[in-house]
Amino acid sequence: MKRSHWSIPYVVFLTIFVVLPLVLVLVYAFQDGSGHFTFANITKFFTDSDALSTFAVSIEVAIENTLICILLGYPAAWILANKDLNRSAVTIILFIMPMWINALMRTLATAELFNMLGITLGKGTLLFGMVYDYLPFMIYPIYNVLNKMDKSYSEAAQDLGAKPWEVFWKVTVPLSMPGVSSGILMVFMPTVSTFAISEFLTNNKIKLFGTIIQENINSSMWNYGAALALIMLVIIGISTLFTDERKEVEGGLI
Amino acid sequence: MASSDHIIDLKHVSKRFGDKVVLDDINLYIRKGEFVTLLGPSGCGKTTTLRMISGFLAPDEGEILLDGKDISGIPPYKRPFNTVFQRYALFPHLDVYDNIAFGLKLQKVPEDEISARVRKVLKLVSMTDYEDRDVESLSGGQQQRVAIARALVNRPQILLLDEPLAALDLKMRKDMQIELKEMHRELGITFIYVTHDQEEALTLSDTIVVMNEGKIQQIGTPTDIYNEPVNCFVADFIGESNILKGRMLRDRRVAFIKHEFDCVDEGFGEDVPVDVVVRPEDIYFTTDPAKCQFKATVNSCIFKGVHYEMWVDTDTGYELMIQNYDPYPVGSEVMLYIDPDDIQVMHKERIRNVFEGTMVDENHVEMIGGVFECLPQAGLAAGDHVRVEVRFEKVDLQDHQEDGVVAGEVHFLLYKGDHYHLTILTEDGFHIWVDTNDIWDKGDLVGVNIAPEDLKISRSDEA
Repeated sequence: MKRSHWSIPYVVFLTIFVVLPLVLVLVYAFQDGSGHFTFANITKFFTDSDALSTFAVSIEVAIENTLICILLGYPAAWILANKDLNRSAVTIILFIMPMWINALMRTLATAELFNMLGITLGKGTLLFGMVYDYLPFMIYPIYNVLNKMDKSYSEAAQDLGAKPWEVFWKVTVPLSMPGVSSGILMVFMPTVSTFAISEFLTNNKIKLFGTIIQENINSSMWNYGAALALIMLVIIGISTLFTDERKEVEGGLI
Repeated sequence: MASSDHIIDLKHVSKRFGDKVVLDDINLYIRKGEFVTLLGPSGCGKTTTLRMISGFLAPDEGEILLDGKDISGIPPYKRPFNTVFQRYALFPHLDVYDNIAFGLKLQKVPEDEISARVRKVLKLVSMTDYEDRDVESLSGGQQQRVAIARALVNRPQILLLDEPLAALDLKMRKDMQIELKEMHRELGITFIYVTHDQEEALTLSDTIVVMNEGKIQQIGTPTDIYNEPVNCFVADFIGESNILKGRMLRDRRVAFIKHEFDCVDEGFGEDVPVDVVVRPEDIYFTTDPAKCQFKATVNSCIFKGVHYEMWVDTDTGYELMIQNYDPYPVGSEVMLYIDPDDIQVMHKERIRNVFEGTMVDENHVEMIGGVFECLPQAGLAAGDHVRVEVRFEKVDLQDHQEDGVVAGEVHFLLYKGDHYHLTILTEDGFHIWVDTNDIWDKGDLVGVNIAPEDLKISRSDEA
């Protein structure tokens, strides 16, 4: 058997579970209910003010979530990677451990907690839930880059007269950007398409883009749902292009 | 007190990492404008010393003075020194210009002055027109030059160089050596250079500080260090040498390889055991029987580019290395002589092993982390502190660590013409010196045994 044959199972798997669904999404997005080719689903989105505003809210929430994750995650990653401040692997595991538990269960538990404390569900609880779910995905790639960073860079900066905070801003932060880009990809993309968190943590008061895709498909509006999914895919594709350029430097999760 | 021409003084500086002593009571001064090299094998403490001067490590004991003032409390970014790091540590997110301008921008030097100074220093390192290049697109040698420029542009009082040429290939290294020497002359600032390459040290330095195992072995000019090594370590580390056991008969007369020679050394006393160093290029061939001091048979002859390297067996059974411009065929009988000037006599650092121990019972003594059997000791009781002497040749080494009373590894070895002199480092950190005819390599794991009759035990004289 030739070596290239070993890849057959993977090719079959990818065809059935990745390529075929994508093709189906593409086909459905450009068909009307009776199977005729049409652009109507796409144009419908751009005239559907409901869908457009949901889309805007989704992007806004995703940006807010990503920013909060950077603000909280970067210092956390820095502390974890700093051998003087953190001597044990336990803290790292504690930060990563929430990833071991299903996100849906954590979200349900969070919702129960808010109910118990009598906190009204809304934008605040939505962001809380998202940050809680996605923070580890921001911390981990940044931690990875910081941890592997040659400490001679920071020594060289000090040697050239940089005070500790100057070393941080002029050397550590720029050199850790590959980790930050990976973190942004890992957090921003899934938040755009999430729907479970908004369902549980706002009782669907705030609808996200993922929610309307899910609603359309649930109510058998396959074609419009597929068109919305396609639009989201394009948006995410574009967002990866922005972060891609810097990734050549070693690091990151992807 | 530090005299005025000292820029750096290290006084009784010691440093430990955990249990390991990396620097042991270092005393050193460096004069203004001097090119000083810290030279030694890896782990000798040279880089630790440099990092203390640059401020990245603090001494556990002792003080470091700059112009006579203690600088212990001053962080690295405030010290008027700049470092060229071993792997350059150029910032990959900045281009050549911004790398070099990094220090000046921090000092808020005006932009036009920065660009003038960067251009000037780029010219100094022959890298004009490379300002906009990405540092990762540069070759090793070019990165090296940028690293030197980045340090020099800040006009440091001292330039610290941590094995800066180690990553370059031989040809490039030679070129950079010459350029560094020229830069030093041109700039007139103090250079402190760390290397394990003895040839580099001899080429570049005004003063060489030879270090080993956290201690300074010798400080001197390159010619002093080469011609008059103070001990076997220095003689062996710097250049090639024949290190031989000898006996100082009286002033200006020394015996080694079972022959007697005139020498120029005095003041050792009469009939004193010594070590003798003869450089391989200082043993001469002659055809004149009157000049001949001893005869030998050529055993191997290898062409080394400029000279031939020959091993000869003397008529008295010693092996010597000789370097000569003309080859002699293998197997030929040759007549040899050595100039009195070229014989370097050194005090023996030790003539036997001396261990501190404690009696366990009358037939056993505990020392160097093991319990050794000894002959019955009259007048010594269990628990008595004793001093144990063991001759070098009486230490028995085993191939397997478990076959010895204590386990260790071969830490250092020296060929002395007819036998090897080994330093064994035991697992508990003790040194044992051994003379043996067996061939061992550095790093070999050995078990150490000593026969009961070879332990000379006496009550220790502690108060």
